[in-house]
Amino acid sequence: MQGGTRLGFVLLLTPLLLWLGLLIVIPHIDMFLVSIKERVGVGEYDTSLANYGTFFAETLYLWTFLRTAVMSILATAITLLIAFPVSYYIAKIAKGRLQSALFLLCLVPFWVSELVRTFGWMILLRETGVFSSLLQWAGLADQPVEMLYNDAAIMVGLVYTSMLFMVVPLVTTLESLDNAVIEAGYDLGGNGFSVLREIVIPHAMPGIVSGCIVVFMLSLGNYLTPTMLGGKDSLWFTELIYAQFIVRFNWELGAAFGFMLLILSSVIVWATLRLTGQTLRDTLG
Amino acid sequence: MIPTIAQPRALRLAYGAYVIAFFVYLALPLAVVAVFAFNDSQFPSLPWEGFTWAWFFGQDRPMIGVFHERAILRAIATSGIVAVAVSALSVAVGLSNAFLFNRYQFPGKGLLYVLMLLPLVIPGIVLGISILVFSSTLANGVWDAAHIDIQMLRPGLVLVILGQFSFIATIATLVISARLQKFDPTLEEAALNLGAGRLTAVRTITLPYLAPALIGAFVVAFLMSFENFNTTLMLVGSDAPLTIAMFDRLKEGSTPLLNAVSLLLMLGSSLLALVMILFQRRS
Amino acid sequence: MTPDLECTGLSRRFGDVKAVDDVTFSVAPGSFFSILGPSGCGKTTIMRMIAGFLEPSGGDIRIKGRSMLGVAPNKRPVNMVFQHLALFPMMDVAGNIGYGLRRAGLARADIARKVDEALDRIGLPGIGARKIDELSGGQKQRVAIARCMVLEPDVLLLDEPLGALDLKLREHMKIELKALQSAFDTTFVYITHDQSEALVMSDQIAVMNRGVFEQVGSARDLYYRPETAFVAGFVGDSNRWRGRVERMEGGALEIRTENGMLLRGAAHGRALGPGDVADIYVRPEAIRLAQNEGELARFENRISGRVTSLLFNGAASRILVAGPGGGEEIEVTLPQSGEFARTGKGDTVHVGWSGDQSNCFPAGK
Repeated sequence: MQGGTRLGFVLLLTPLLLWLGLLIVIPHIDMFLVSIKERVGVGEYDTSLANYGTFFAETLYLWTFLRTAVMSILATAITLLIAFPVSYYIAKIAKGRLQSALFLLCLVPFWVSELVRTFGWMILLRETGVFSSLLQWAGLADQPVEMLYNDAAIMVGLVYTSMLFMVVPLVTTLESLDNAVIEAGYDLGGNGFSVLREIVIPHAMPGIVSGCIVVFMLSLGNYLTPTMLGGKDSLWFTELIYAQFIVRFNWELGAAFGFMLLILSSVIVWATLRLTGQTLRDTLG
Repeated sequence: MIPTIAQPRALRLAYGAYVIAFFVYLALPLAVVAVFAFNDSQFPSLPWEGFTWAWFFGQDRPMIGVFHERAILRAIATSGIVAVAVSALSVAVGLSNAFLFNRYQFPGKGLLYVLMLLPLVIPGIVLGISILVFSSTLANGVWDAAHIDIQMLRPGLVLVILGQFSFIATIATLVISARLQKFDPTLEEAALNLGAGRLTAVRTITLPYLAPALIGAFVVAFLMSFENFNTTLMLVGSDAPLTIAMFDRLKEGSTPLLNAVSLLLMLGSSLLALVMILFQRRS
Repeated sequence: MTPDLECTGLSRRFGDVKAVDDVTFSVAPGSFFSILGPSGCGKTTIMRMIAGFLEPSGGDIRIKGRSMLGVAPNKRPVNMVFQHLALFPMMDVAGNIGYGLRRAGLARADIARKVDEALDRIGLPGIGARKIDELSGGQKQRVAIARCMVLEPDVLLLDEPLGALDLKLREHMKIELKALQSAFDTTFVYITHDQSEALVMSDQIAVMNRGVFEQVGSARDLYYRPETAFVAGFVGDSNRWRGRVERMEGGALEIRTENGMLLRGAAHGRALGPGDVADIYVRPEAIRLAQNEGELARFENRISGRVTSLLFNGAASRILVAGPGGGEEIEVTLPQSGEFARTGKGDTVHVGWSGDQSNCFPAGK
């Protein structure tokens, strides 16, 4: 490397290192250090795994943790199932203007805040909401129906909120599939099902994986949707973190929770990548 | 499966119906939010009490419109300031990163690239608390050592900006890198050959080429910052950005005022997105 | 004997455009049939109708006597080698070749055996586990053919499969394709815009233009006896002049070109009479080049002129000769026997050709 470009290299490297170092790597190390502190008196701390002990000892914490994980996986699966046919339609069946119009329509809801989207579902689902009124008007119910504040409402909200992040990668990968390859599948005797299974889905795998990872992450780390649409019994793990930090002011335990969430998401993302033979670089970069 | 392979009519119709149903599902929540902004009622719900502009322009209790509600206007301004700061920072760092990853080979490049992608797979709330914890550690350290209280490191707008920047920078890097990768480096060589210096060549040739991506990255960053909730929630101080302010109100019970704000948000972001698309189509 | 493939009155419209207009042909079993035409002439449309990806607007397609109308592409006894091959990148070579066999529900062991046989046959044993993107252009080509041939189709369709290859490999694959065809003893229907591919490989060639077949025949027929001006212009190179018929005697014509040159030609049975405007096609390689006029006594057309350009291209070198009155330049193949090795620009030469070699057609619009 010559002198001039060496200076350029250093100048370009600095912001990257500052950003990743000060805002990502060191804060997470610090969070881990805080999570292994145990308060033994006022302003006195010991190093121990007591916070993690609390996490595993308290059924509510562990239960919420697992519930959040399972529901996020479920939300991801449902989003994939709903989004795949639509993405296929946009990528392979719609043509020209209709294609770009449909694609844009998919993006529109995500230009507005998640809060607005959640608010919309509240207006639709609550006891005094649109669906309830419609049901009464149609004579299918004789009193207001509460559809909000349960796990199903959370699921509806999560799926809705993450839809874009599934549709975009799916449309992108499906569009790159040459129509001739699909035709070749039929020409060699395949039918709709076998072409889908052996050709379309394997080809779309990078898109499926990247969509699933992002949707899973967004669901797992969501706070707004479970808080607004969920009921008293439908706790989300992020709500526990928020409570420890802001309400209880127990940062040590909160940091431990945060770390557990991080581990959970890393393990699941890593496992997904391993199982499908993809890399983070290819799916996100 | 594709138009060239004939399918039974019933199947095609069912498929079309499914796609329509999907778009209804997408539109429904936004449509009701928009419609109830004009309901002449204290609650954003049926029955329909008649059309009104009061939730936008009303001046008297109980129907104070958006444009006369100080707290909401202030929150919008706060969000705007935060979003501009986050976008500017993200685009600057994103541009620098794009050049670094595109133009230089160095040991540890692969590792740094993966590290650069990580913020996308860290839950927003975890990003928030880790920055909160670290900044407090710093602030407390400084206080213990020198008895100086650095306000910047306490929850507030600076931390909100840094928190949002920490992951939006990744998006900006990816958007700008994608375009830089398509750039033909011989154009820059041609500029050098015609007598430009290295920096001049980048300024006069490469940057104009990247302009659509820079603007695109700025708009995307602006929108992401404006609607960010999770990270902001953990780092916010006394000045609440719009999403936090609306969240607090929503917890107390909703009025069509929130619908009116939401409708303005939809219009604003659609407009911004439209401008971006038009701009990118032109170039 | 029933032809393997028989199309009668085959038509296809796209809106108002007749992409294929009432085309009728049949392909004998085991033969290599090519459809040759410029891009946009409708040859791909015919191929896609045979494969089942397009419904004909009219006419019938029969394979071994059985009508294919309304039969889904996956149920037709034809297979297709796609233009860009359309190998499945998500599978390895064996997966690609075995794909159709799996669809047919063969047992795993049978599939493995047939795949190995096919690989042997295309001369690539043991590459079953390779990925598609690890193959060279020629290997991909062979795998794409093997993938179809394991299914033992009645007809194999090939849609310009050599288009993506570089020149050297294309030359090589021409010979190899022909060899594969006789090895598998299957009917090939091949479409291309490259005349040399069609001429080298085919038993029968249909020259197609604007949705219709201009002529169907062997390579020799097309080259020596083009039936239409389009075929004469499209297959091989030609000097082309336009003129008015001044005299006619039997099949022999005398034509005065627009620049005043008098040429003798043959109508070969086409409707031409005195006063008609005609197009004259003469192949550069049909023209004899001589140092002195005496050698050309037996030719009806004789012109002396100067060399205006030398287009050196090895064996395919040509010179341009301008007649005494200026006017048209005549493109003449330069013999490589040595006598013209020193011929250069400005030299005087004599050219001549027999009237039989001047193919005359009623002038097109």
